[in-house]
Amino acid sequence: MKKGTGRPVFSGVAIGRAYIYKKQQAALPTSCGDASVEQRHFEEAKEEARAQLQALFEKTCKEIGEEQGMIIDVQMMMLDDLDYLESIEAMIKNGASAAEAVKETGDTFAAAFAAMDDDYMKARAVDVKDVSTRIVTILCGGKTGFSMEEPGILVAEDLTPSETVQMPKDKILAFVTRQGSSNSHTAILARIMNIPSLVQTQINLDDEIDGKQMIVDGFEGCYYIEPDEQTLAVMKEKRHATEEYRQQLEAYRGKESVTRGGRKINLFANIGNPDDLVHVIEGDAEGVGLMRSEFLYLGRTDFPTEEELFEAYKKVVEGLGGRRVVIRTLDIGADKQADYFGLEHEENPALGLRGIRICLEREDVFRPQMRAIYRASAYGPVSVMFPMIASLWEVRKVKEFCAKIREELIAEGVAVGEVELGIMIETPAAAIMSAQLAKEVDFFSVGTNDLTQYTLAIDRQNPNLDAFYDAHHPAVLELLRQVAHNAHEAGIWAGICGELGADASLTETFLEMGYDELSVSPGRVLELRKKVCESEVQ
Amino acid sequence: MKQFQYVITDELGLHARPAGQLVKVAAGFAGCYIKVGTEAKMVDAKRIMGVMQLGAKKGTALTITCEGADEEAAAEKLEAFLKENL
Repeated sequence: MKKGTGRPVFSGVAIGRAYIYKKQQAALPTSCGDASVEQRHFEEAKEEARAQLQALFEKTCKEIGEEQGMIIDVQMMMLDDLDYLESIEAMIKNGASAAEAVKETGDTFAAAFAAMDDDYMKARAVDVKDVSTRIVTILCGGKTGFSMEEPGILVAEDLTPSETVQMPKDKILAFVTRQGSSNSHTAILARIMNIPSLVQTQINLDDEIDGKQMIVDGFEGCYYIEPDEQTLAVMKEKRHATEEYRQQLEAYRGKESVTRGGRKINLFANIGNPDDLVHVIEGDAEGVGLMRSEFLYLGRTDFPTEEELFEAYKKVVEGLGGRRVVIRTLDIGADKQADYFGLEHEENPALGLRGIRICLEREDVFRPQMRAIYRASAYGPVSVMFPMIASLWEVRKVKEFCAKIREELIAEGVAVGEVELGIMIETPAAAIMSAQLAKEVDFFSVGTNDLTQYTLAIDRQNPNLDAFYDAHHPAVLELLRQVAHNAHEAGIWAGICGELGADASLTETFLEMGYDELSVSPGRVLELRKKVCESEVQ
Repeated sequence: MKQFQYVITDELGLHARPAGQLVKVAAGFAGCYIKVGTEAKMVDAKRIMGVMQLGAKKGTALTITCEGADEEAAAEKLEAFLKENL
């Protein structure tokens, strides 16, 4: 039995077969000695790569969009590029194996792109590498087409959004990755899918693990490979207890979230894209308290159009059937961006040009988004909130901008609804200023992840700081108390949409502080409702 | 030989997507030798890697030369394509 640890992103226990997913790094076969045979191998592999890309192209167009599909199309064109083919052919003639020739040519071309004086083109190095890796994998007899025959635990270095699209999600019992953070794409997906997962593990991605029995304990943040009988029995018991607990929670489905003392609170869900609506319904959330907009912008080559944004927002508004959705405007920064934004590299992206700061600087980005949100508001209750607010003038400027957009749409004869305008409280500045800010907006939503990191000056992703990090730090709780108090003084509502909102040990505290809303991963709603219903807070 | 110039007006320049489309248009003229580029560097318009590596941005003046069968038609079609997409 091997045991390891990692940072848990969702609790629960999973037991199943380990599936190692890796970006192929096989040892390359050397030439068989006959250049014409190697050339033929290459031609065959190239055609197979084309077939794979064609299938991927269709899947991507259907599931993500044409725009994204075009990237795959360009990759297919690279397969026919004469510079590329001639280079490979020449190397094979000089005694390289097909795999070696493709690998080396791919690396050379990728290096040429990486050296270009253009961040977008620099990033295309990945496309060239991707194509070459695909052919090399085929030549190495690798199984690129990752498949899971039975439900299991997915183990990987890290997963990109385009990789998770291809994953058989119904078969994944847990994610275990070597990299990633608790805010990474995989972590967000795990929370929404309700499956135990670990990031930042030291797990070895060797074939020895592949196919072995594995356990992930998302409560303790550890995993076991080939567990002994005793461990297996303990973990099965733990899994059983968790399932039973979830069963008990079913009693709270459809119930109102009211304390014994009569205090009502809204339990909303955090989602990352319109497809997550099923989880909102399954989780019995009373609305959406945080709809992230980043998915609309990341993993593509150009800005989404107003129409695309509108369609996505409208889908959520309609899917919620009258329940409220709080849309957070684009929250992107130098650490998490798409190339086409052309943001400069920053030494300190957490304190850089991000969130509302980008929107205030880039009206061309902000305008289509706000127009789309106002248009979607004609289909159901919509609130919008702005991330990374630190000053009063930012709020005033944003409000002015929104009013202008709204008037513009009305003048054009476009239907719009009443949109609540709120801000996220994520900076200590906003929390301290909350009394003044409350007079300007309709609601507050506290983003506890950033608020904690900025208040304590601790990077949550740095495991070396774990000893100093305290999620329940009195400074953070005091700010939370002030924010709720100041909101109510001004007669507006206050909610929490960060991870802390789902911390059941604080539910009672939040109720006492007077919070009106908690927005959490969809799978946590019933658990918190139980807490609320058992509370005596008046 | 037909030759013309075109200054890119698209904000994003000759990105992967328009580069791919350009190569496809050029590839439609099998008997015609088509080059695209700047004073510094001309590349075969039928080769995507080269076209992308031009790194042509907004404001870049592209020169296009067409030589061979259908050179008239090729130049006309390419010019129309550039005007519409870039």
